[in-house]
Amino acid sequence: MAHPGRDHLPGSRRIVNRLLPIQSPFPIRVALLLSLLFWGICFLLPLALMFLVSLISRGPYGGLEWTWTGENYVRLADPLVIGIFLKSFLYASGTTIVCALLGFPLAYCIARSSRAWQQWLLVLVMIPFWTNFLVRTYAWVLIFRADGVINGFVKFLGWTGDPIPLLFTDFSVFVGLVYGYLPFMVLPLVAALERISIHLEEAARDLCATRFRMFWHVVIPLSKPGWVAGAVLVFIPSLGAFITPYLLGGGQSLMIGTLIQQEFLVARDWPFGAALSFGLMGTILVLWGWLGRKSTEQAAG
Amino acid sequence: MNRRWNRTLSLCGLFCCLLAVGCSDSSPPQANDSSDPPTLYYFTWSDYVDPTIISGFEQTHHARVVVDTFSSNEELLAKAQSGMTGYDVVVPSDFMAGIMSRLGLLADLDMARIPNVRYLEDALQRLPFDPGNRFAIPYLWGTVGIGYDSEVMGDPPRSWEALWNPKYSGRISMLNDQREVFGVALKALGHSLNSQSEMEIRQARDKLINQKPLVKAYSSEQFDQLLVSGEVVMAHGWGGPVARAMRERSSIRYIIPEEGGTIWTDCLAVLASSSQKTLAMDFINYLLDAQVATQTSQRLLFASANRLVRDRLPSDIRNNTAVYPPGEAMSRMEWIEDVSEAIRYYDRGWTELKVH
Repeated sequence: MAHPGRDHLPGSRRIVNRLLPIQSPFPIRVALLLSLLFWGICFLLPLALMFLVSLISRGPYGGLEWTWTGENYVRLADPLVIGIFLKSFLYASGTTIVCALLGFPLAYCIARSSRAWQQWLLVLVMIPFWTNFLVRTYAWVLIFRADGVINGFVKFLGWTGDPIPLLFTDFSVFVGLVYGYLPFMVLPLVAALERISIHLEEAARDLCATRFRMFWHVVIPLSKPGWVAGAVLVFIPSLGAFITPYLLGGGQSLMIGTLIQQEFLVARDWPFGAALSFGLMGTILVLWGWLGRKSTEQAAG
Repeated sequence: MNRRWNRTLSLCGLFCCLLAVGCSDSSPPQANDSSDPPTLYYFTWSDYVDPTIISGFEQTHHARVVVDTFSSNEELLAKAQSGMTGYDVVVPSDFMAGIMSRLGLLADLDMARIPNVRYLEDALQRLPFDPGNRFAIPYLWGTVGIGYDSEVMGDPPRSWEALWNPKYSGRISMLNDQREVFGVALKALGHSLNSQSEMEIRQARDKLINQKPLVKAYSSEQFDQLLVSGEVVMAHGWGGPVARAMRERSSIRYIIPEEGGTIWTDCLAVLASSSQKTLAMDFINYLLDAQVATQTSQRLLFASANRLVRDRLPSDIRNNTAVYPPGEAMSRMEWIEDVSEAIRYYDRGWTELKVH
């Protein structure tokens, strides 16, 4: 389609064209512009403000004092802080691995079931999202506590000793994290597995691959985009998780999320809290870049 | 083409929805018609709301009261510092009332409109953070002590040291509040809970690290439920929730250890930015009215700052030490005060305790 002379366009169109010089129909460009605007206001602006906050000092009563300093970032090098970072990475990695191990069989079953079943199963995976996460985490408190569901059942089976301590342990935090983020692993995996033709599996079996080899050499490598998306969706939120360690950990241990919350709301040290947030973001980006380069190197080599 | 259009439209629609949602709850309507009743915005603790009391004021003063809640002093401070909040009456705790007045966030109170201030409890007069009640008037008050299950513990925990008793390992809960928790250790060591000495705070930290293996949870919201469910035998916590827990499990008792503990009060104050200052003063006076305050204390199980209330309460509430501390304990109580720069030692010690 030949372009009509730009000068003859109505004013609004001209502005949109100038702001977004891409070849798409006008309505799409308007929508894109609006979402960019939205993105800019709701995401970049708060982020920029917090970055500024991370570079200033804490006032005597916890307010902000507009004197520039890099001290907040220097404080990130404190072994205490690094220890908390490492621990959080360990938790997040563990959560991601367990979610992958639990999520794969489930995703495979969903992807390979009939259309009608598939819809129902996906709804079942998503139903928890209809309730508030806080409420669901409290439900785990009821399950784990001394007179809770698990200890009640154990007692019913004839256990007479003290109740098993489940709540407020590393174990309960870990279970809470896996529970909370499992759907984020399952959904992208289903999408990826669905795209692998069943014929490829049949071909592998016809060529005498065992079931294990079929999975290992065909299904798992082909569903890699799903693994990557799922891992990112699980790893990053569990790294910054705050509600789960707070409620199920009984305030016993700190993860980065709880430390940031503490700096903002308890210590009233917004600048250090902001520096911690950016430290976390920076670490994730560096890790991301490193993994990305490694995988392209692998692909090339 | 048609499908594309649909998508564009739905995107635009979504954007508008988000915009509408984003705008709907901000900025309380300031301009009122003269025929409309004036509106008062009341910002208070989430467990302090009693709708019947609010509607009583609305009827007698032909006003509308909009209640919003917060769950920590820091949240209140953050909102108040953001400037034009639209709130009129707020309820900061003692030390926060001091901070807010020093930051110029609170308006001077008009004592002529608050005659009920003359019934203020003796213990709550001339408080260090606002000796002349210029900015804040105590509203509800109480203590921090130990709630315990008398069925399990034969001897009551008379000293804070009981919280270090290995016999109750894994069955102790502490508040998730750095000043309160350090206060326990400092008191147990014989120091002031407002210590500004780095060495004393470090000693307290070491003592708390020793205690940590015995602690089931550091929790400010759940400790009463932990006591009720039997998860913990001793809970370091506020009297009010312990008193409420007693209703669910009658063997629960409350004690203020012999070393003494913290006393606190939440205060009524008016924001300097309030546009309804007269109505706000009337509202404060109403909340401090003996009859209204009695109803409040009966519902919430917190002691009232109005000294007339004590005698009007049923004896089981009046004589409950979790609500009204015994007279002999009052001399041992200490207010949490601002420790200025020393807060850094508390902050760091707290993080070290949590990481340990």
